[in-house]
Amino acid sequence: MIRVKFPSAFTSITKERRIEVEADGKTVGELLDILFERYGSTLRERLMKDGELVPFINIFVNGEDIRYLNGLQTELKDGDEVAFIPAVAGG
Amino acid sequence: MRVIGLKCRVCGREFPNAPLYACDNCFGPLEVIYNWEFIAERTSKEKVEKGPKSIWRYADLLPVDTLKPVDLGAGYTRFIKADNLGEEIGLKNLYLLDDSTNPTYSFKDRVVSVAVTKAIEFGMKAVGCASTGNLAGSLAAHAAKAKLPSYIFVPRGIEKNKIIQAVVHGAKIIEVEGTYDDANRLATEIAEENPEWGFVNINLRPYYVEGSKTLAYETVERLGWMTPDQVVVPMGSGALLCAIFRGFTDLERVGFIDDNKVTLNGAQPRGLPIAKAVKYGGNVEPVKKLETIVHSLAIGNPADGIFAKEIIKKTGGSAEDPSDEETVEAVKLLAKTEGIFTELAGGVTIAALKKLVEDGSIDSYDVVVAYLTGNGLKTPEVILNYIPETIQIRPRIEEFEKVVVA
Ligand SMILES: Cc1ncc(COP(=O)(O)O)c(C=O)c1O
Ligand SMILES: [Zn+2]
Repeated sequence: MIRVKFPSAFTSITKERRIEVEADGKTVGELLDILFERYGSTLRERLMKDGELVPFINIFVNGEDIRYLNGLQTELKDGDEVAFIPAVAGG
Repeated sequence: MRVIGLKCRVCGREFPNAPLYACDNCFGPLEVIYNWEFIAERTSKEKVEKGPKSIWRYADLLPVDTLKPVDLGAGYTRFIKADNLGEEIGLKNLYLLDDSTNPTYSFKDRVVSVAVTKAIEFGMKAVGCASTGNLAGSLAAHAAKAKLPSYIFVPRGIEKNKIIQAVVHGAKIIEVEGTYDDANRLATEIAEENPEWGFVNINLRPYYVEGSKTLAYETVERLGWMTPDQVVVPMGSGALLCAIFRGFTDLERVGFIDDNKVTLNGAQPRGLPIAKAVKYGGNVEPVKKLETIVHSLAIGNPADGIFAKEIIKKTGGSAEDPSDEETVEAVKLLAKTEGIFTELAGGVTIAALKKLVEDGSIDSYDVVVAYLTGNGLKTPEVILNYIPETIQIRPRIEEFEKVVVA
């Protein structure tokens, strides 16, 4: 099972913040497809532009930004935690 | 009321005046919408000039509606004409705004005073932040004054003095294994779980950043209500640069200046994303490994990077990316010419200023303001490696004459 966490900015679409998804062995991109299936096209439209993730959302697998892993091709295994977090930073 | 609500900086969707930070339409960052009519009716240069010698002289232009701010005296710091440094690098009209003299010795007091005031306004039970160091001390001090507990996340290995300062005020300091970006990601997750806590640079971020606009206000007021030709701003996330730009724009909006033609230049240590993108082209691409001695600016994934780059380009500015050595040399140059000991971020700013003059981006007659955002005593470890050793003698006049005068 993959644990998935959404930020509060997702709740108008997802209505929930934490879910578990059967996506062992799948990639982050494939997990996204499962989520788009589950929550409808609104989530897809808001998260993806021209096949790429919009710039203001970061996806972390076990705390590591997928940019520094394998991007949307990053593979998931049982017990992984995937967190969606809006970009905020400032010393 | 001064504040109408919040608005997405990317898609424009509007939100209420509340501790929110991300748009639920495009996930872009939010900014404050002001009631400019209300503000323009109430504010005036004369009123500002009679106000307290702190950022609160500009209360009419800040996103709070309380009468009693959480105030340690941030702002209205030294603004000096730096003729010695100017002569050294070839500028006739160089000014320095020196925030190393703020209550907790960095510009962060400006943003924190606004954010903690806002936390009180929203009735929040605690405050927190992710910090590269300076924010930690500032938030700890303001939280103490506001009688709120504070939770502060810093990357492990930042300068000791910054940690000590924060701990003394009673804050809970959580040192996180990893970089600032790791500490920030964790703090954001914790902020998401604790909506009744005010994380100043996360869920209070739209209000927090507004405090830095006062650097632009002070610049203009101290120049006799004139705008400078160019400014040089240090960049971590880029929030400070964006806020200074908005500050100049606000002054135009309320009629304190005729138009905002200020050129904004950014300074960031070599290898970091914003200066890299502006100077060498390409997008603002996050970097994972941060190899710089300037911890206060070491942010690998700068949330305001795209906006900062846009402002620099749009105002005809440039970005410079000094090396560690150039940064330390600049700290020393400033100290020896103007008697100001700034922290490494200030060294980055002065080193960038020097390069901008050398390559002709800044003209020798331009009115230039450089922002010194922190105090040298906060980053002693690194400087220690770059300064000469002291002279050690026994208490005898012959030794003094032999060793020192000879
Ligand atoms: C001394 C100093 N100057 C400048 C900055 C840059 O701020 P920003 O992240 O808003 O670009 C920081 C950030 O922590 C800082 O500590
Ligand atoms: Zn938006």
